[in-house]
Amino acid sequence: MEGKDMASSAMLSIASAGPSASAANCKASLRKTKIGSFDVRYMLGKAKGNPFLKSQCSGRVTMAVAVNVSRFEGIAMAPPDPILGVSEAFKADTNDMKLNLGVGAYRTEELQPYVLNVVKKVEKLMLERGEYKEYLPIEGLAAFNKVTAELLFGADNGVIKQGRVATVQGLSGTGSLRVAAAFIERYFPTAKVLISSPTWGNHKNIFNDARVPWSEYRYYDPKTVGLDFDGMISDIKAAPDGSFILLHGCAHNPTGIDPTPEQWEKIADVIQEKNHIPFFDVAYQGFASGSLDEDASSVRLFAARGLELLVAQSYSKNLGLYAERIGAINVVCSSSDAAARVKSQLKRIARPMYSNPPVHGARIVANVVGDPALFNEWKEEMEIMAGRIKNVRQKLFDSLSAKDKSGKDWSFILKQIGMFSFTGLNKAQSENMSNKWHVYMTKDGRISLAGLSLAKCDYLADGIIDSFYNVS
Amino acid sequence: MMSRTTICRGILTRDSGFGLRSMSSWWGHVEPAPKDPILGVTEAFLADPSPDKVNVGVGAYRDDNGKPVVLQCVREAERRIAGNQNMEYLPMGGSVKMMEETLKLAYGENSDLLKEKRIAAVQALSGTGACRLFADFQKRFRPDSQIYIPVPTWANHHNIWRDAQVPQRTFHYYHPDTKGLDYATLMDDIKNAPNGSFFLLHACAHNPTGVDPTEEQWRDISYQFKVKGHFPFFDMAYQGFASGDPERDAKAIRIFLDDGHSIGCAQSYAKNMGLYGQRVGCLSVVCEDEKQAVAVKSQLQQIARPMYSNPPVHGALIVSTILSDPDLKNLWLKEVKGMANRIIGMRTAIRENLEKLDSPLSWEHITKQIGMFCYSGLTPEQVDRLTNEFHIYMTRNGRISMAGVTTGNVGYLANAIHEVTKSGSK
Repeated sequence: MEGKDMASSAMLSIASAGPSASAANCKASLRKTKIGSFDVRYMLGKAKGNPFLKSQCSGRVTMAVAVNVSRFEGIAMAPPDPILGVSEAFKADTNDMKLNLGVGAYRTEELQPYVLNVVKKVEKLMLERGEYKEYLPIEGLAAFNKVTAELLFGADNGVIKQGRVATVQGLSGTGSLRVAAAFIERYFPTAKVLISSPTWGNHKNIFNDARVPWSEYRYYDPKTVGLDFDGMISDIKAAPDGSFILLHGCAHNPTGIDPTPEQWEKIADVIQEKNHIPFFDVAYQGFASGSLDEDASSVRLFAARGLELLVAQSYSKNLGLYAERIGAINVVCSSSDAAARVKSQLKRIARPMYSNPPVHGARIVANVVGDPALFNEWKEEMEIMAGRIKNVRQKLFDSLSAKDKSGKDWSFILKQIGMFSFTGLNKAQSENMSNKWHVYMTKDGRISLAGLSLAKCDYLADGIIDSFYNVS
Repeated sequence: MMSRTTICRGILTRDSGFGLRSMSSWWGHVEPAPKDPILGVTEAFLADPSPDKVNVGVGAYRDDNGKPVVLQCVREAERRIAGNQNMEYLPMGGSVKMMEETLKLAYGENSDLLKEKRIAAVQALSGTGACRLFADFQKRFRPDSQIYIPVPTWANHHNIWRDAQVPQRTFHYYHPDTKGLDYATLMDDIKNAPNGSFFLLHACAHNPTGVDPTEEQWRDISYQFKVKGHFPFFDMAYQGFASGDPERDAKAIRIFLDDGHSIGCAQSYAKNMGLYGQRVGCLSVVCEDEKQAVAVKSQLQQIARPMYSNPPVHGALIVSTILSDPDLKNLWLKEVKGMANRIIGMRTAIRENLEKLDSPLSWEHITKQIGMFCYSGLTPEQVDRLTNEFHIYMTRNGRISMAGVTTGNVGYLANAIHEVTKSGSK
């Protein structure tokens, strides 16, 4: 008890160093203060150049033994997520004209979220069946894993028939990419990932947090608002042999610019030549062209060459299952034995991350894809969604061309594919869109056409023209 | 690790377009992973064709017919949310509604911390996800810290903090002789740990031992934590399952909060709401004030974003539907109590059975321990015998999931345990 009293009174004297005490004073008084073996400095942490920690010592010294001492004094507010933060800003805006062209979530012409009819049907069936909610195995729902690999490669594909694909259900695209990144870090610790410039913002975060080094390959050419194909090939060639090349299977995010089939062949050539490993992110299968098979053609082209590759899939957009977090990581191996081993190690990565994946979305996908009638219905709804986006592109292009008297060629909007369009607006111009026009988009100039209605195309065109010409 | 140049890799590149030419692979150096000790048990069980097989492995509740259970309150909640018009991404921090209710469960309905908005909380992928987020957060913001983990603990705890690259230490917890708490050594370990250490505590129904400190012991532990300035991180995966009363099961946490500790807490609805496969839980961290809570929450989201972006909605909707409706909440409380009572009943039954068989050993610990698990004291060899000879599946540490015991199999189970232990004294 005596020691405790001594400690308390000594502590009180520190606490009385008021809030205005400077950092230097603070440190000085801390150095002087030791209660038995207890060193107050320890409590405030040693932040040696840690980018996540602010100043090591706040002006207000708090008591270690008393209430309300926090270990997390120096923690700064994280910046808003560049993509998901847009929706939050949109929600906070009270203006009538506001338009959310931020996150890639499909909207109807009435700008309402859309739950696919097949999904409603399947959920109703599931409800009636009253299935259990037991843990899935670590690798996820077997029925889901089967149909997802078949959807991607085609059920008759050799890689499937030979059992050469290790498929593990993942938490949508993000979760699948993360598990793959952790796998790369563990088994290819000297390897690097090459990502396109630009790419989906979260790719960098994923590889950073997984501690996989990355660099960029040229992709977007602002002069043509198209693909910098030569730059891309050149950068892939220059990368050390055995690098992982992150490719968007279709509907590149954020640019909407996809290689042509001929260009894909050449990309495959150089990847083979350099012994690289192709790593596909397929988040929009069905959304690019409206055809699930056509949108998988880049992946299938690579698989047909006998290459081993990784593919992350997501059902967020094409089945509208955003919040259910359903996707998969597939690793095509040269043998079924390798596939089994790889799968076991992917599981070992997943287990300490989330143990096993959520069941609900997996059942929905398995039921939709596994039933021919529902599958066909899905394909039809897919075409309608992709069709609406194509119509909106056309309308936007028409509006821009009509309103812009300078003769600028806006046809890139028609050439780009998928949910997004890279407008070519820079950061300041994109901010003008939000601030002046209440049009919310990401600062890289990307707009989500899925959030645009025909009715709003004229308004948007006005905003784009204003931002492009009047803001620099 | 093999360097790129030595990785076994046939060169497929020379003649592209001719298909697979070589059986060599990038993945030649990838070994098959060992089976997960817990989930691997169920896999083995499922593969066993014996009609007598019993699964007392994984901690998933079963009714007295050995069947999985979906709670009535859950079914009703699902009916209500069916035809939900919106599957849009949840915010990165998850369902706000769900979290409000979840925090009330852990911190108390009228908690000042809640009123003062001092708790940074995010929806997490059940208990595993909550622990992982915290471990990553600890690594990022307290990079010099370690985690003290009780011996024994749920095996995945070690994996989680290891993959988060936080060094681990252990502290004494279970006493194999008493099959109870090794209280004296536990207190020594707390005192001997460097000041300001991070400790992982099981809030109730310790997994795998079922051994919980008494209320008085918790008070002493809390006091000692204050003296040492330790950080208490509670993993509460069984609130409601231990005693049948969620308020009572949160007692340890409330004691620490009353003592002014700023805790961290992982909560899971896998067991107490039977939402196993939905992966719904919560990570909370008590902060100094609202401003800090906002900052900490933003950083937790920052960790979640490159892991899975935002958490799954379905389970969260079920939880918030149930907890925000007084009738459904009462139904839930009733059902949780029912599950806990069945387990308590099975503990009594198995002990009585063993005593009737004149077992030379004491089985008192079965009814003293609490929650879903019983640390039987069986050795790995005895467990193997149970599996190989009697088709009884449990983890090799002798942990029996009481939830898998039924009036139908308790006799068989007791007999088998008696068979493999009758010759021994431990």
